Parts: sequence; structure tokens; C-alpha cells
Amino acid sequence: MKTPTELKYSRDHEWVKIEGNRVRIGITDFAQSQLGDVVFVEVPEVDSNIAAGAGFSVVESVKAVSDIYAPVGGVIVEVNEALADTPEIMNEDPYGEGWLVVIEIADSAELGELLSSDEYEKLIAEGGH
Amino acid sequence: MTTAKQTPLYETHLRYGGRIVEFGGWLLPVQYSGVLEEHRAVREKAGLFDVSHMGEVLVKGPDAFTFVQNLVTNDISRLVDHKIQYSPMCYQDGGVVDDLLIYRQGAEEYLLVINAANIDKDWLWMQENKKNFSIELTNLSDNTAQLALQGPLAETILSQLTDTNLAELEYYWFLPKVMVAGKETLVSRTGYTGEDGFEIYCRPEDAAALWESIMMAGKDHGLLPAGLGCRDTLRFEACLPLYGHELSKDISPLEAGIGMFVKLDKGDFNGYAALAEQKKNGVKRRVAGFVVTGRGIARAEYPIMADGRRIGTVTTGSYSPSLDKNIGLGLVEVEFAKVGQQFDIEIRGKNVAAQVIAKPFYKREGK
Repeated sequence: MKTPTELKYSRDHEWVKIEGNRVRIGITDFAQSQLGDVVFVEVPEVDSNIAAGAGFSVVESVKAVSDIYAPVGGVIVEVNEALADTPEIMNEDPYGEGWLVVIEIADSAELGELLSSDEYEKLIAEGGH
Repeated sequence: MTTAKQTPLYETHLRYGGRIVEFGGWLLPVQYSGVLEEHRAVREKAGLFDVSHMGEVLVKGPDAFTFVQNLVTNDISRLVDHKIQYSPMCYQDGGVVDDLLIYRQGAEEYLLVINAANIDKDWLWMQENKKNFSIELTNLSDNTAQLALQGPLAETILSQLTDTNLAELEYYWFLPKVMVAGKETLVSRTGYTGEDGFEIYCRPEDAAALWESIMMAGKDHGLLPAGLGCRDTLRFEACLPLYGHELSKDISPLEAGIGMFVKLDKGDFNGYAALAEQKKNGVKRRVAGFVVTGRGIARAEYPIMADGRRIGTVTTGSYSPSLDKNIGLGLVEVEFAKVGQQFDIEIRGKNVAAQVIAKPFYKREGK
């Protein structure tokens, strides 16, 4: 299970890559392996506002429907359009091609709540909750 | 709260990397390598399933024929020894207690194979219906394990392990006392995937060894261990009903679209009057197959909408690996069940367009 050290993580199994005042978000390797084959992704609209902790996207595997919660609040500035036709990239390359959205952060203090890769690995080892 | 049970293959599943979930009171693997990969293996090559959770009830005695004939909607007078029949088992109101396979082992001996989640309920129902019939009912569920080897290469693989000529075993026939890899089994040419294949009944203590032998025999044929996840997508594409979804105490076989297994001409049976009335006057609801033409996946229990009102409910919905489309089955008002009909599936509060298509969604070629 990969957990790149340069990324931050949420307790809901998203990774966060800080890019200035923006963050790129996706689901972790652990999350995609738990979900199984991803066959559908519902992404939010660009320019929509989301609050930290709110469900903003839905990822569906063959058998399960999972809400994705925003690790930080802000405005959606980019969504990964490739997920519409090739949702499997979320399984194949969760930290790269399989990214979900880019958010312009409303309150950078929320970044302080995120976990380091070590802390996230510990969370998974304890059962993922 | 009751604890979920383990099949005799529980340890085997862990060793093969199965991801265990609870299903119908049993701990079973939902997948090993992945639902899509396992699904494709069964469609193109072969997959091996543990279906030991299924229930088995033996009906034996001079009145066995009359008892079973009264219990089920299909006509078992058409059975001969070693032939199998599928049938719903109904309440008097036409609702379904369960759907099952009937194995005729002899003129006075029938083996009924029932759904895991319904074993207790079915057993009580059969006891209630025993009345004065001269029969003996035995619940063999805990003493029977079952493996399902499914896929176009199933015959090739299983033939390596037995001297019995499986090519001569026709669809919906079985053979008792078949030696497979040195274990005594009952082998039937049946399944729940829409593919050719076999269901192999054995003693619980032989199940793990049989599993290993079959996996070995299939090693060079692309055989994969297959979990409940693909079992559901496979049966769904073939439009085989799943109790609790397309069939229930509130959905009759005629509404579910399996009226061919209701034989009103065989004489009285449980549910006869209600089903005869439905047949005469037509059903008001029917299970329709649909493809989601908008973006989204329909899931069981999602509302089906048309003309600004709710006209039905999704019974099963999924991405279909074989069709590469999002498809579903839904119980709708009968006027919306015709092929070509359009309606919406309400997915997370939004209406997503869908269109009725012909069933089954998938049909195998050849045997």
C-alpha cells in the first residue's frame, strides 16, 4: 500500500497535495483497494462551494456507493474530466491520473487538521477508522 | 444477535485472499482478485465459487410427489429421475416464500435446494405444509457443502478429475455418487451465472480438498476463485432473479416475469387461486430490464419516476461488465414495462434517464 510522504491525508482516506493556495485531492491507495473496481465517479461542478467535511463527490465500485468528503473547504476550480469515461484510473493510479478535484482553499488553517503519511499509515494499521 | 456462520471453506478463502463479508448470515468472500476480473473469468474461462451457504432439504416418502407438487408452482410431474427443475414456492396470496431447485432422486425422493437466507423460514413453511402427508423432511443444510464451477471451460476442467463422462450430462440434469478427485459428490449441470457449469455437492469435510483439486485442474485454463460480487453481476446480466430483490413475499412470479415456471394446469397448489386471478386479469406491476441512458448507476431501492410521479422501484442495478453499460431491473407499473419505454431513475435526488430493453441482458452462445 503506497502512501507518498509528500502528501497530506484525511481520516476519510483522501490525499491532499498542497499547490500554493490550492489543493489537489484524490482517494488513497488504501481507499481504492477497499472499494474495488471503480466504475463510476460523480464529480462536483467547477465554481461550486464546498465546506470541509461535506460530501462533494460519489465514487461507485461494482458493489458499493461511497461518498467522498471534502478534507478542506473552498471553491472547486478543477475537476478530473477523464474520470467520466475512464473511472478505472482511480484504481490504477490513485495519486496521479486518478486525482479527483482541485480546490481553492477558503481557510488554510484547515490544513492543520490533516495527517502526515506516517500518521495515516498508523491509522490504516489500526483498522482504517 | 446471531453470529455469522463460516462455511467449511472459510480458511481456504482467507488463504486465497478473499475479502470476507457477511451475506445471509454467512461469512463469505465478496471478491478475491477483483469483481470485474472474476466476472470476465467466468464469462470467458471459468470461476470457482463456494456456495456452501445454500440450504438443502430432503423430502422422502410415499407422498413426496404430492407434497412437493402442492408446495411449488412448477409441475414436477414432468421430472424423471436425475432431472432438475427450477420453481418458485409461493404463499396462498401468490407472494414468494423462496425460489428453489428440485432434484428428483427417485419417485419418492426429492432434494430441494433453497436460498441460504431463507433456510429457517422455508423449513418452518415446509413443516406447516407437511400436514397429513406421509413424508419425512430432513434439513441437510449443515451436512452439505457446495462448490459451483462455472464458465465455458468448466467441463474441460472438471473432466480431468472424474471418470464420469460429463459431456453426456445435459443442462438441468444431475448424477449422484460421482467420484471427483477421489471424493464422493453429487454433480449437477446447473448454475447461477448464465454460463455453462456444474454445481458439486459434497460432505463438508471434503470441501477444502475438492476446492484445491479443482483449482489445480484449472490452473492452466484461466480458472479463478470467484466471490459473491461477481456471482451477483453474473446472475443479474442473465436476469436470473434474486430472492429479496426480484422475488419476495410481495412480488409474485408473474410480476417477476417468470410465469413460465407457474403451471396452472397441474391442479391446485399453494398460491393457485391468487396466481390464476393474476394471470386472467393481468398483473399491475412487472419487472422490467432497463439501461441507464443518462449518467449514473441505478441501485436497488432507488425510485423509478415518470410523468412526475413514482411508478416503480429498482430491484437490482449495477454496472454490467459484459455490456459495459449501467443497467438495472425494476418493478414498475405494467404500462411502463414495454421495451423502448422511457422513465427516470432517481439517483441521489436527481432524475437520470433510462430506457426499457429486452431481457435477458446477456445470453451465452452454445451449450
